[in-house]
Amino acid sequence: MHPAPSLLIFTTLSGAGLGFLFFLGLGMPAPTGWVAFGYFALAYALAAGGLSASVFHLGHPERALKAFTQWRSSWLSREAWAAVATLTVMALYGAGLVFFGTRLAPLGWLGAALALATVVTTSMIYTQMKAVPRWHTPLTPALFLTIALAGGALFAGESGAARVLLIVALVLQLAWWVRGDRRFAESGTDLGTATGLGDRGRVHSFEPPHTGPNYLLREMVFVVGRRHAMRLRFAAVILMAILPLVLLLPAFGKIGAALAALVHLSGVAVSRWLFFAEAEHVVGLYYGAR
Amino acid sequence: MTDLPETTERKLGLVIDLDTCVGCHACVIACKGWNDVAYGAPLSDQDPYGADPSGTFLNRVHSYEVAPEEGPPQLVHFPKSCLHCEDAPCVTVCPTGASYKRAEDGIVLVEEDACIGCGLCAWACPYGAREMDMAEGVMKKCTLCVDRIYNEHLAPEDREPACVRTCPAGARHFGDLADPESAVSRLVAERGGMDLMPEQGTRPVNKYLPPRERDRMPAAPALEPVAQEPRGFLGWLDRTLDRLPGGRG
Repeated sequence: MHPAPSLLIFTTLSGAGLGFLFFLGLGMPAPTGWVAFGYFALAYALAAGGLSASVFHLGHPERALKAFTQWRSSWLSREAWAAVATLTVMALYGAGLVFFGTRLAPLGWLGAALALATVVTTSMIYTQMKAVPRWHTPLTPALFLTIALAGGALFAGESGAARVLLIVALVLQLAWWVRGDRRFAESGTDLGTATGLGDRGRVHSFEPPHTGPNYLLREMVFVVGRRHAMRLRFAAVILMAILPLVLLLPAFGKIGAALAALVHLSGVAVSRWLFFAEAEHVVGLYYGAR
Repeated sequence: MTDLPETTERKLGLVIDLDTCVGCHACVIACKGWNDVAYGAPLSDQDPYGADPSGTFLNRVHSYEVAPEEGPPQLVHFPKSCLHCEDAPCVTVCPTGASYKRAEDGIVLVEEDACIGCGLCAWACPYGAREMDMAEGVMKKCTLCVDRIYNEHLAPEDREPACVRTCPAGARHFGDLADPESAVSRLVAERGGMDLMPEQGTRPVNKYLPPRERDRMPAAPALEPVAQEPRGFLGWLDRTLDRLPGGRG
């Protein structure tokens, strides 16, 4: 799949921002006044900034409000509702902390739950795609959730939680890759089933329908980004989990913790690049590609 | 709503005969020609006369070679367009309700005024039946020529999809696949019509008729070689050349 920059920015930043809002909602930490304003401003910059980046992916952004209508069937529509609900509830909760110095705990818990729900809806947009076998696994929401929580813990300064979550995210990321590399073969879809001719012999693409490229090839059969997959996986693991774990050591203090959050975000961006670039859509089979 | 209808009264669709298709691409051109001026935004091209032309098509013809264990390989031309699936994954992912499947005849359509161009439906389709129009930013797909098949301004024989009307080989058939007595349903029953990617669980309405078994030439015994050794003038030349230095003699 084509790793559109808007989608990379969106899933990376909004994931971390929503994870950050989750911890703020739980009162970890529960600052008041201007300190609280700083925390919430950063969380909103990440979450809302990421969400607004996704709008640039649209062919008709001016019709974006229509995306709220199909929550009964569409994960993208559910994501829109969950995101708006999270940002609204957390704004009220944040206003309590910033302007009145009071923590409305139940509102925070609700906001925290909504933040997690938003991450789940985002991940389900990809997980539901049966045509992209690598994404179509319960490990995808698990991975999105732990990465969002790990990023949130880093921004919230919850070092203890961050350490555990980074290790879980690392394990899930490795498991997701190992499983993902086998998913296409396991899906049972090949050029034989795609053409219905598989029981007659070995099918191979003799000539494509057009000499030039097309939307499908650009969007679904994006193979260029896979060239350095192994090196990028290595970089993602180091930046996303291992280096932040080192920077969280007490010896590096507050600056180390701040750096850990930024390094982690860059690692998540690499992981998300691979999430899209390595995902093979079954339509590639019709073109003799993966 | 982008919920799928439980059932549809009719299941209008295509039956494509892989035995008969000659790969002429006339259906591709007829489709582009009709849909360029018909339902919704025209099918745009980018850089059509330049070095890197591409464009929106609702129907594309692939060609595959099928190599059996024994015997010669076979070339199969393979037209592919929207299969108007009963469990259309492209419909349920749509966040705006622009994509829908009609309860009355099962046609899957896009209401372009409601399409935000998020591209999710094209991702959800395993067949590559949907293409984003790069000029309009909305999703395009086969409409089964919904503006032809019910069009009383057209002569009755023209009230079928442009691809079917134009096919010179008679490889494309249009009809109601919910009616077991319809011509297309009988074709499917007689010829073993098949689904593409049945394991994807989309339950396509369109069916493909597999190529018929090819005749096989009986293996003729090899003839005896007519001349083992050259005779006459050639024989003399052969023997003489052999006697020269470097020859066999």
